[in-house]
Amino acid sequence: MCQTIDNNLTISMKKVNYRNLPSQLSLLLLACLLTFSTTIYAQDESVDVTAGEALYKANCAACHKLDKKATGPALRGVAQKYDKEWLYKWIKNSQEMVKAGDPTAVKIFAENNNSVMTAFPALSDTDIDNILAYTSQPKPEPVVAETPVAGGGGDSSGVSNDIILGALALVFLLLVVMLFLVTNTLKRIAEANGVEYEEGEKRIPLWKAFVQNQFLVLVTSIFLLLAAGYFAYGWMMQVGVDEGYAPVQPIHYSHRIHAGDNQIDCKYCHSSARKSKTSGIPSLNVCMNCHKNIAEVAPETLAEGEEYGVDYNKEIQKLYTAVGWDEDTQSYTGEEKPVKWVRVHNLPDFAYFNHAQHVTVAGVECQKCHGPVEEMEILEQFSPLTMGWCVNCHRETNVNLAGNEYYAKIHEELSKKYGVDKLTIAQMGGLECGKCHY
Amino acid sequence: MASNKKYWKSVEELKENSSIVETLQQNEFVEEIPTDEFLGDKEVLETSSTTRRDFLKYVGFTTAAASLAACEGPVIKSIPYVVAPDEIVPGVANYYASAIADGFDFANVLVKTREGRPIKIERNDLSAMGGVNARVQASVLSLYDSNRLPVPLVDGNEVSWEEFDAAVAQKMNEMTGKDIVLLTQTFASPSTSKLIKEFTAKYPDVRHVVYDTVSSSEALDAFQNKYGTRGLADYDFSKADVIVSVGADFLGDWQGGGYDAGYAQGRVPKNGKMSRHIQFEANMTLSGANADKRVPATPSQQMEILKALTGGSASGLPEHITEAVNNAKAQLKKAGNKGVVITGLPNVTAQKMALDCNEGSAVMDTTKPRMTRMGNTAEVLSVMNGVISGTVKGLITVGVDPVYSFPNSAAFAEAYKSLDMSLAFSMKLDATASLAQMVAATPHYLESWGDVQMKKGTFSLMQPTIRPLFNTRQFQDCLLKWIGNSKNYYDYIKENWTSVLGGTSWSQALHDGVLVSDAEVEMEEVPSSEGNVSMESNSANGALSASLQNGEFELTLYTKTALGDGSQANNPWLQEMPDPITRTTWDNYITVSASDATELGLENYNVANGGLNGSYVNVRMGDAVVEKVPVLIQPGQAKGSIGLALGYGKTAAIQEEMQTGVNANALYQNFSSVQNVTLEKVAGTHEFACVQLHNTMMGRDIIRETSLEIFNTKDAETWNPVPMVSKDHQEIPVTSPDADLWDSFDRSVGHHFNLSIDLNACTGCGACVIACHAENNVPVVGKEEMRMSRDMHWLRIDRYYSSEESFVEDATKKDAISGLGSSLSEYGEMENASANPQVAFQPVMCQHCNHAPCETVCPVAATSHGRQGQNHMAYNRCVGTRYCANNCPYKVRRFNWFLYAENDEFDYNMNNDLGRMVLNPDVVVRSRGVMEKCSMCIQMTQKTILDAKREGRQIKDGEFKTACSAACESGAIVFGDVNDHDSLVFEKKNDKRMYHLLEAVGTKPNVVYQAKVRNTKEV
Repeated sequence: MCQTIDNNLTISMKKVNYRNLPSQLSLLLLACLLTFSTTIYAQDESVDVTAGEALYKANCAACHKLDKKATGPALRGVAQKYDKEWLYKWIKNSQEMVKAGDPTAVKIFAENNNSVMTAFPALSDTDIDNILAYTSQPKPEPVVAETPVAGGGGDSSGVSNDIILGALALVFLLLVVMLFLVTNTLKRIAEANGVEYEEGEKRIPLWKAFVQNQFLVLVTSIFLLLAAGYFAYGWMMQVGVDEGYAPVQPIHYSHRIHAGDNQIDCKYCHSSARKSKTSGIPSLNVCMNCHKNIAEVAPETLAEGEEYGVDYNKEIQKLYTAVGWDEDTQSYTGEEKPVKWVRVHNLPDFAYFNHAQHVTVAGVECQKCHGPVEEMEILEQFSPLTMGWCVNCHRETNVNLAGNEYYAKIHEELSKKYGVDKLTIAQMGGLECGKCHY
Repeated sequence: MASNKKYWKSVEELKENSSIVETLQQNEFVEEIPTDEFLGDKEVLETSSTTRRDFLKYVGFTTAAASLAACEGPVIKSIPYVVAPDEIVPGVANYYASAIADGFDFANVLVKTREGRPIKIERNDLSAMGGVNARVQASVLSLYDSNRLPVPLVDGNEVSWEEFDAAVAQKMNEMTGKDIVLLTQTFASPSTSKLIKEFTAKYPDVRHVVYDTVSSSEALDAFQNKYGTRGLADYDFSKADVIVSVGADFLGDWQGGGYDAGYAQGRVPKNGKMSRHIQFEANMTLSGANADKRVPATPSQQMEILKALTGGSASGLPEHITEAVNNAKAQLKKAGNKGVVITGLPNVTAQKMALDCNEGSAVMDTTKPRMTRMGNTAEVLSVMNGVISGTVKGLITVGVDPVYSFPNSAAFAEAYKSLDMSLAFSMKLDATASLAQMVAATPHYLESWGDVQMKKGTFSLMQPTIRPLFNTRQFQDCLLKWIGNSKNYYDYIKENWTSVLGGTSWSQALHDGVLVSDAEVEMEEVPSSEGNVSMESNSANGALSASLQNGEFELTLYTKTALGDGSQANNPWLQEMPDPITRTTWDNYITVSASDATELGLENYNVANGGLNGSYVNVRMGDAVVEKVPVLIQPGQAKGSIGLALGYGKTAAIQEEMQTGVNANALYQNFSSVQNVTLEKVAGTHEFACVQLHNTMMGRDIIRETSLEIFNTKDAETWNPVPMVSKDHQEIPVTSPDADLWDSFDRSVGHHFNLSIDLNACTGCGACVIACHAENNVPVVGKEEMRMSRDMHWLRIDRYYSSEESFVEDATKKDAISGLGSSLSEYGEMENASANPQVAFQPVMCQHCNHAPCETVCPVAATSHGRQGQNHMAYNRCVGTRYCANNCPYKVRRFNWFLYAENDEFDYNMNNDLGRMVLNPDVVVRSRGVMEKCSMCIQMTQKTILDAKREGRQIKDGEFKTACSAACESGAIVFGDVNDHDSLVFEKKNDKRMYHLLEAVGTKPNVVYQAKVRNTKEV
């Protein structure tokens, strides 16, 4: 018991440092209240908020949120609302109570669109106590963003560099002016003193000499033409090659979070890559598999989003609008607004590419062509997608023959004929025009 | 030394002080240069704020801006599903079994859909019924017809269905006690039958009359009189030894068609045997073209022939026909129950004679008749006359367009307009619907539910493969609403099918699309015409009573392979499909024999660009006149007879480009296909779009042909010799390695695709042409371009006529030619087809030569060879020199002279959003200036290979398909891997009938042909 109180207090104490007086007071009050309430539930010696949190996350979080209605109602403070014995019964088997005609149970069941709550007969009363203890914790105040302190020591070095450079330039300028003035003064003194000084023989200026030398002009112009040609060719070759193309999408979707942090397999969302020519932009119902319950991101993630100037929670709201999900009623309204994504990887119509061939048959990693997508906050085109790029890979890569009955016969025949064990795609006919152009 | 010579510029200079010289010295251009003419007058120039310099700046800026803008790629948006349906994986096709039953074509089909839109029609292999012809293949494009009616109309105003229902209910109440006719197509649908009965029970004033636009009433009457049920006998021609057809185009649309597959099976020589086919006919039809012996005979002669064949006595037949009839009779007798006589004469007696004659024949099946035609001429005539005379007060039409198709359409249209109630169920605002008070917009069959009993005991299900594109409701759903049944039609069918299903589950039946069941299903009774007005209508057939007036011709009305009854006239694929016989597109015309043409002064000639021109005639029959009908001289047309196709000349709800041909229905009096008419030449020249300029082979062996006798008794070298070429003055076979200019690749590893075409099985039906169109996004170019031989068909079916009586005689004649005089005159003669020629069909596509002449001449290597045997064409590499087409001996390469997609000049399906939905996303749409050609459907072979790779298995024979091989009902086109020695195509390649087209050229094609064998033995 003491431990729990301590925990709460330490948490509060930490926060107190950053607060002004009124909120400090209220917080203290809250802490007191909490201490009181925990004491109520702490009759049993083993009430453990940490264990409660773990149980909550494992069993309840799929349908419940603490402060917001999800499939089921918000759970913070639920222990205060209902009788504890009633709650035990309800959690262990709610449907029984509904059927039995318990008025509260029927009411709650009706309030939540008649969605049946999973029965948890395996949870002991202690477990439930722990969970209730967790749900009875006060709502943490939103972390007020710290205003960054301006003019730290680290920043000053950049500024000073500029200043130094500016000062140097000024000094040089002054020197030049001084030199000019000195020369003028000396000249005047010399004139005044009647000192004769000879001006040097007028020589042809360098540029005139250059122009008069036809050979040099010829060589230079050939050089210039070649250089121009080289750069023009280089420039033209990149026309239509959109490496690094990272358009702004209607919903800021972060592959970094999904594929990187959360380790979701590419083919979970892009499932048609396994069997179709297109990898498929996932339909929004796939997003809702998870986002039905993830309406908000963790505070740390939210803070990360600030780096990119994006509020992830708002982006999730965009998804809800598009798919027509009403968070309050936890149901689909049927008002759908399809999302117009901007295509990143565009192949011309005359080139046929099939994902299934590469993903399923050859077992190529998505990253081979699409780059480190799991690190990309904004998806960009990683590969040039030029024919040369395709062909190079087809020349270098061996066909993945292992365990594929289809290749068995061809492989046997070819190895008999050429005495090779491994075949590149090119040797299998992967460079033929008609394989990709039809 | 400097010369002091002075050169005189003109005589004027001789004179001193000539004013002219002086003026010229001062001013070289005496007259002012008329700059104002192109710069505008001075005033305009001065008031303009744009100076010359500014103008140049603008030009420079815009050019630079345009070229810079071109460097930046466009932003392409992608919109995924919000909620993706489970069964749709983008990029993967789904197939659904369904059925077409539009009143003219009835067939079980598989519908290929991509991302929820149907893009192709395939055959359903589970179905034993054929009939997936060119029109059915093309029907998917009619779904995307931009002229479809999007909403129901009441008095021309767009209304909601609720308003429409209310309007109909009100009208029906007002009409109580008045005669209302429900005039429908043949549905052959058990549930629709039941539904109509329920409807007429609720509204007893309504009587149901079935109207087939192209009638088979006489055959139905004969069958009904003999066997009790109304239906058509079914024939299995694969069991026939002798087929004698008297005016029945059973490879065309005779009694609903769909007999190709069985026929072709019996035509391929097996164990030295094949069927013998004798055809007596007036028009040159597909059946006649495939016959072993074809005897031209006018319809009146056909009547006599039929009498003679079936044991009666004939009179007035010419000598050669009598002989042919006697021969046929003897052969029929010999064949016993494996002989069959069929007739297409529109006469109950004639039909009965044929049925009687076939009694006990193994070929004819009368226990399970076909239900695909039900119409009764007498009843339809009474409706027509009833409307005109005013006794019929209300008319509800479903799937038929009587204002277009009734013979006295003008009078009918007038009367129709003043009916108390006119309600049309139609997909388009056609001739009838545009005059109707109420028009119910109906969905296409690919958007509808339905059930069909095409043949007794064979049931099919029709299921929607796309959400309705427009605000449409099908006829059956309307009826359900109107009789107050709250069910939808889907549930209604399901409920109705409990008896049909037997042990099969509904899902299985829906999956298969076809179900053979012994369940007895009650269908509506359609009365027979016998004892009604029918005899009158038949006696009205002057043509059959052989009482020709002087100068009269016997007209046989027929339906064309491409357009049929014309219900798909707004389908550009079908309009552009060449007629298998005349090879003419975008038209109907009078076919006339050469000798009749000479007598009437009618002519056909080719003009400088190759286009075919022809005269016009007026066709007159009593009061009915069809004006300005183009004339095509048809070899094989019986003298004294002419032919004309129905289904053309529609103008309502049809794009202007597709309003082709003349409406022949005015001549379809009493719905009899045989009429006596007079012809009268009128001024003017018609421009045909005919794609074949040369009609004979002139004795060459483009098509190898032999007789069954020689085929059975002689070695293959005698009738299918390998061509010899000369090397160092020694004759060597062209297949010898010494005869090669090039080294051969090793093709023993992996797949090596070959396509085999059996000329015995090919009936020329053209389903492959349309299948190829649909699969490969082949553009439609329009009549003008077709006329200039700029057709884009990747697959064409060449038709050749013999210039003598037979192709064998052609060859003999050619071999006998010697000396200059003889070759000049006789080769000239051989260019003309005989009066009754033998006909042969040959599908020709890219031959995918192993030593391809096109590949060696391409300056940019746009066409190259794959190791799987395909000749690849990289469109984006092509620069359009057209060298390849010039060097191709088979002339199968097609050049995109224009941009055919999204171009207002070519306003066909690729120029509107709806029509483009039919495009196959796996095949690129070619742009202007590139060459294209058959790819051997590489997208299909690649798909098959990928599927096998993904599943980690070998590929079985039969998995590899091309669009044409999949579409071929008769099994003439076989595709496969010849490195798989168990495959059918390997067997075909090593068959003794196998030959290569123009083998002497040494191109080593991957397309092989099976030489044609004709069963020419008389008696």
